[in-house]
Amino acid sequence: MASPSIRIKVPEKAAKGEVFEIKTTIGHDMESGQRKDKEGKPIPRRIVNKFVCKYNGKEVFSSDWYPSISANPYLSFHVKATESGTIELAWHDDNGEVYTKTANITVG
Amino acid sequence: MSKNDRPALSRRQLLVAAGSGMLMAAGVAAAPRAAHAGPAEADEAVKKLIGGASIKEGRVNLKLPQIAENGNTVPFTVSVDSPMTESDYVKSVYIISEGNPFPHVATFNFTPASGKAEVSMRMRMAKTQYVRAVATMSDGSVYQAKQEVKVTIGGCGG
Repeated sequence: MASPSIRIKVPEKAAKGEVFEIKTTIGHDMESGQRKDKEGKPIPRRIVNKFVCKYNGKEVFSSDWYPSISANPYLSFHVKATESGTIELAWHDDNGEVYTKTANITVG
Repeated sequence: MSKNDRPALSRRQLLVAAGSGMLMAAGVAAAPRAAHAGPAEADEAVKKLIGGASIKEGRVNLKLPQIAENGNTVPFTVSVDSPMTESDYVKSVYIISEGNPFPHVATFNFTPASGKAEVSMRMRMAKTQYVRAVATMSDGSVYQAKQEVKVTIGGCGG
């Protein structure tokens, strides 16, 4: 699989104390390990098993995923605006690769 | 995940069969040996995650469609009533399936900086089943919600 396509939606601005929503999707097969190929051999599991959101370097939300999560995982969650800075999102693949995406937010 | 008594048909083969009007025959042939978890496995999975804490009903809202035509992607939203302050917040929410090969679907870990314990995602469903959302709070209490989803075409590669 080539480097997965990631789409994120983070507001550019938020008021201090406001709780804002972050929406994300990552293009990934999320191969469950339950399927078999044409010859009847099991297709090995390969999923994104962890998602982490850091806000100015501090972890504010994370999630562990298992094979029941659909392909091309969509996730929406919330973060409380405290100060201007960077939102860093990371997806951890079974194969050890980590895919990241960042966004800036202005809080005022 | 190590169970080997899966049905011999792949999802693709099943879909092909569905296309040629053979779904019912294929489904019946595949169903008896399907390695799906049941409520007992779900109970066990929950116990492993939360230990011996008693589970109360309430505070957790789990939204799922009542009928899912496509078990490959079933949207769900879970939210938990909580002030989300340093002294009182939701620590984790576990999504547990009663009818998939592996009961644990996802864990969501919150902090007071989350502001709100609410997430949306999409999950696979092998068959008609109950889904549970179990929430652990910062004071150690545990709450849960449960909902049944009727699945028309399963989506776990079975």
